[in-house]
Amino acid sequence: MDDLTHVPADLPAWSKQDGAWRVPYWVFQREDLYAREKRTLFEGPTWNFLCLEAELPAPGDFVAVHVGEKPVIVTRDQDGQLYGFENRCAHRGSLLALEDRGNVKDFTCVYHAWRHNLQGDLVAVAFKDGIGGRGGIAADFCMSQQGPKKMRITTLYGLVFGSFDDEVEDIETYMGAAVVERIRRVMEGRKPVVLGRFTQVLPNNWKLYVENTKDSYHASILHTFFTTFELNRLSQKGGIIVSENGGCHVSYSAIDRQAEAAKAKSIYSEQNIRSQSDLTLADMSLLGSFKEFGDDITLQILSVFPNFVLQQIQNAIAVRTILPRGIDSMHLKWTYIGFESDTAEQRKMRLKQSNLVGPGGYVSMEDGCIGGFVQRGTRESPEERAVLAMGGHAIDSTDDRITEAAIRGFWTEYRQRMGL
Amino acid sequence: MTKDRPHSELLSLISLAQARYVREIDDGDCAAWPDFFVDDCFYQITTADNYKQHLEAGLMWMDSKNMLRDRILSLSQANIYERHSYRHLLGQPYIREVAGDEVESETSFMVARITREGPTDLFATGRYIDRYRVVGDDPKLVRRIVVLDSNQVDTLLGFPL
Ligand code: FES
Ligand SMILES: [Fe+2]
Repeated sequence: MDDLTHVPADLPAWSKQDGAWRVPYWVFQREDLYAREKRTLFEGPTWNFLCLEAELPAPGDFVAVHVGEKPVIVTRDQDGQLYGFENRCAHRGSLLALEDRGNVKDFTCVYHAWRHNLQGDLVAVAFKDGIGGRGGIAADFCMSQQGPKKMRITTLYGLVFGSFDDEVEDIETYMGAAVVERIRRVMEGRKPVVLGRFTQVLPNNWKLYVENTKDSYHASILHTFFTTFELNRLSQKGGIIVSENGGCHVSYSAIDRQAEAAKAKSIYSEQNIRSQSDLTLADMSLLGSFKEFGDDITLQILSVFPNFVLQQIQNAIAVRTILPRGIDSMHLKWTYIGFESDTAEQRKMRLKQSNLVGPGGYVSMEDGCIGGFVQRGTRESPEERAVLAMGGHAIDSTDDRITEAAIRGFWTEYRQRMGL
Repeated sequence: MTKDRPHSELLSLISLAQARYVREIDDGDCAAWPDFFVDDCFYQITTADNYKQHLEAGLMWMDSKNMLRDRILSLSQANIYERHSYRHLLGQPYIREVAGDEVESETSFMVARITREGPTDLFATGRYIDRYRVVGDDPKLVRRIVVLDSNQVDTLLGFPL
């Protein structure tokens, strides 16, 4: 392939000293950089989240999703295995799947009826031998050499990931044991049920949303729902985990039992402390969560480079996919999940708590607009640089959340993979 | 009895209530929005795809009038977003069924969004799938399911629809 036409020769300099703690704003603005991201990251040796295995229970099931902006199909074939390939006909490129999901025998293109099996192989060409000895395809045409590009597919605790690059390392190594363990914590041993799917269109570069999900520093500042209504009745402690390469992270907070015990002892001295605000919710059932895990973690946000987020906010569990749409727009796909083992009451609790998240969520609404504020604020200042110095310069895991280490982790892996 | 009243009368009562409803959101401050509902109401915003597939989750999912009040309180006191407003245009309500005191109706809507620095954008289209309880001349919503036609929501969903 002629790669030369794609290589941006004229990206501005990004000094090595900046490391991951000074980020120039042109990284959110340039078409040439975006072209390189698509080739090097989304179609390169990374794992892109595609769907849940539970969305493809039976042979013939498929879902049509995207890797970056590229349309792809994920299927379960008769052999029970999952396959992934471009949603692009071998002939002249029409989309093969025209629905988001369904069950099919094969993919027969609507344009000229070229047929592809569930693994993405071209298996039949309409009028291949012509009619009555006339017409037909060129004698030297070879079906097995044509076809949509295939992906390597892997699953982890019911999550389906795909890669267009065979060189990608196995998923456990890619994320690191600590991140895998936190996925296990949420997903292991139970069957997810999709409760709803929503797509949020954000007016910003995809990396601004990645920064936001990894930004444990902003949570209690930008999102004031919990503090305004004083809903964090229990003392919390938290921390972050950053993967070795930097690009995956977990941020969590848990009930601090020690602080709770201390609080109980000093209950008399606290009698006089008046509440800061008199605002209270009229219907507190929103926060009546049920004990779902063996630990005290009430919030866990986990991300996998480059485009996946797994969220547990109390009992509101969702997966999010980050999909770029040009340099200053992106789609955030939310899939809200419950589990087959949920009781009716538990299911209702999840539905109620889904008010906390999503495009209109009490604690996530602000994330819908903040990326756009940055995009607009920096548009005319491409050479200026953001400061990411909270918690120092390192990208290590810590026991507090007032840090930008996970964002620095992302930029570390980003620079390394992009050769920047 | 509601079911004995002529459709034309119910239609005009519901149309009037809905005109006041959208005025409260578009030109008011939403404070009186919960008052269009009965106490143990159900209000949900979802999309046509989710609705068709019987997927239960919503962009908003509330099962009491107090939850509606909390939503408005949170919007005015806690949440942060850029100044914007909506403009609803409603179609004529279609009365599907009348049973006892209750009327099931559907109404199409289009909502434009006006943002601080931006133009007027088409923000949403869809339909209300409603159940009203009509006592005297005052219809109150027992259930409103807001079904958006598209799966996509731009930026964020603040105010109710
Ligand atoms: S483009 Fe698909 S068969 Fe022609
Ligand atoms: Fe946030």
